[in-house]
Amino acid sequence: MFKHLKQLTSLVAMVAVVFAFTTEAMAKKSKTLKNTQKKGFVRCGVSQGLPGFSNADASGNWTGIDVDVCRAVAAAVLGDANKVKFTPLSAKERFTALTSGEIDILSRNTTWTLSRDADIGLTFVGVNFYDGQGFMVRKSSGITSTGQFKNGISACTNIGTTTELNMRDFFNSRGISYEPVAFEKADEVVAAYDAGRCDTYTTDKSGLAAQRTKMKNPDEHIVLPETISKEPLGPVVRQGDAVWEDIVRWSLNTMIEAEEYGITSSNADMMKTSDNPQIKRLVGAEGEMGAAFGLDNEWNLRIIKQVGNYGESYKRNIADTGILPDRGPNQLWTKGGILYVPPAR
Amino acid sequence: MNNKIKRYIPQILTILFVFLIFGFFTINAQVNMDNRGIDFGFGFLKQEASFDMQFTLLDYDGQDSYMWAYVVALLNTLLVSFLGIIFCTILGVIIGVARLSGNFLIRNSAAWYVEFFRNIPLLLQIFFWYYAALRALPLPEKAEPWFGVTYMTIKGYYIPSMIWENLNVFLSCLLASIISIIFIKIYAKKIQEKEGKQLPVLYISLGLITILPLLSFLFGGVTLDFELPVLKQLAKTSFIFEGGISLPPELIALVLALSLYTSTFVAECVRAGIQGISKGQKEAAASVGLNPNQILKLVIMPQALRIIIPPTTNQYLNLTKNSSLAAAIAYPDLVLVFAGTALMQTGKAIEIVGITMLTYLTISLSIAALMNWYNKRIEIKEK
Repeated sequence: MFKHLKQLTSLVAMVAVVFAFTTEAMAKKSKTLKNTQKKGFVRCGVSQGLPGFSNADASGNWTGIDVDVCRAVAAAVLGDANKVKFTPLSAKERFTALTSGEIDILSRNTTWTLSRDADIGLTFVGVNFYDGQGFMVRKSSGITSTGQFKNGISACTNIGTTTELNMRDFFNSRGISYEPVAFEKADEVVAAYDAGRCDTYTTDKSGLAAQRTKMKNPDEHIVLPETISKEPLGPVVRQGDAVWEDIVRWSLNTMIEAEEYGITSSNADMMKTSDNPQIKRLVGAEGEMGAAFGLDNEWNLRIIKQVGNYGESYKRNIADTGILPDRGPNQLWTKGGILYVPPAR
Repeated sequence: MNNKIKRYIPQILTILFVFLIFGFFTINAQVNMDNRGIDFGFGFLKQEASFDMQFTLLDYDGQDSYMWAYVVALLNTLLVSFLGIIFCTILGVIIGVARLSGNFLIRNSAAWYVEFFRNIPLLLQIFFWYYAALRALPLPEKAEPWFGVTYMTIKGYYIPSMIWENLNVFLSCLLASIISIIFIKIYAKKIQEKEGKQLPVLYISLGLITILPLLSFLFGGVTLDFELPVLKQLAKTSFIFEGGISLPPELIALVLALSLYTSTFVAECVRAGIQGISKGQKEAAASVGLNPNQILKLVIMPQALRIIIPPTTNQYLNLTKNSSLAAAIAYPDLVLVFAGTALMQTGKAIEIVGITMLTYLTISLSIAALMNWYNKRIEIKEK
């Protein structure tokens, strides 16, 4: 009997070792870029519907500035901005979806913070919208400033967001007792506030502006002027794939820099013959800007042609839809804003 | 010897297979977590949670640790399960007995109730109560009082809270009356067995449990005051009630949906239990001169309980597990707070989901153990 047992254990040990090696090898070879090109589409996590950022229309077409980041990456690595598979995620699900490999880019109005960047296996690649948290109230309440908030106020918000933490800091520092009501989906938050369950609705100001357009009667609500936090929103990738991280970062940077140099989707081809070497680099007419990523030289030209520069994306998604006509801090540094990206060279 | 090996080999193989699968998943998770720079550990439980909760039974503040947030959220889950189990049992027994009623109307309404509530998915019922029924309630400033002092509003149900003085005197009187009732019961049983005389135990008990605590008010210095909810204006058009106790609509919707849904299953268990007792038992009891009440209490129920308890235990377990649907309507239970917010803020997915699963397993096994113990007690004792 012992003889048999010995054979069995050695067999089991062998199988275990083989399993261990295959997983190890698989993990090391895993390059997000390779997989994406093999699959033929970019797997992108977006919100469950936030006008201006990521929102699907009746026929399932996604639009928004967060959506455009994923489209830019698709244009760069696959040559077609439409080859994106969007996965709508709640605030609670988003990071797990990314770390578990269900999606490869998370572009879902996500705030860049130290703990998220350092702790949970994520890497933020940049900022595509500078935001801050604010409050919305009913106009009829007569409240015009957060200074008028009183003990017992109830505030609706999303769970699993920085909003939940900022809200606490805000009310605590002012010594106001409040009732937090936290829902998983943004639509549920809006519905609860709209029905009168809460006195105020708090999230990023861009979100407030966007959600207001969805309410029964948008004119009955106002966003208070105070901003209680810094919320730099941007795309996120998994830690551990530096090349993929660079591709996403520079896809976003390309859009912003293209605006800086006046390259648009309509004039991009003509810019190839520009005298400015920086412009030529941005449209793939000079240098070897794609080689380091394992891409061809026109990856950035495709982004600009198919998706447009940041200004075009902003205008199309946020300004023209009436969400936030004023670009505020999201203006180029050359025009009084804080959008400033490293040079592509 | 040969036979013995043959018998053991399948079992050994099965065990090895289980170990192998488990090992594979562990190694796989480890490798992937290493690659993504996530470390495994429970140190985060000591960190400051830094988020607030809408509704808590114990004192909780964002400065407390994730550990304490877990405990507080767990208590919220237990509260919902506890209330749900109490209400579904009361309702279930009433409906179950009503289904066997001789009255056509009662019998059929009970049947309709059961068919209606058990055939609609629970999540839908929770949504109905929360998003349709409770959302249609008035704003605080427009609420009419119920029973004079309570207010049902879209922001919650506000009831007066009790302010006691010398509460411990009152509680000890209550305890004393309960203990004496137990002794009287034992004494009454002895008398009945010895002399066949029946004491009016029910009336004596009722008297004791009202008179003793009442005396504590007159002589023990116990006073009871009520703090009534008072409307308070926050801004021109926003009001809340202050003072008293406020039950959030999320809790009410959840308890309502859970108990209405589960009560249908309990009702069926009760009906099955009663119908499982043969007619001869009832007739025999009637022929020795017991009245219908006594027949139910002394002959039918003790036997029916043996049939009712095991399947009802299952329903209690279901209710407890279903309480995790709280996450759908913002009630801060274990799943919403711990497996939701805490998971998000720390990113410790495996640890937190593991703890949460283990917690539900423990709760369920404890309820099962309790019910099994009760079942053992009422089982037929072979002499």
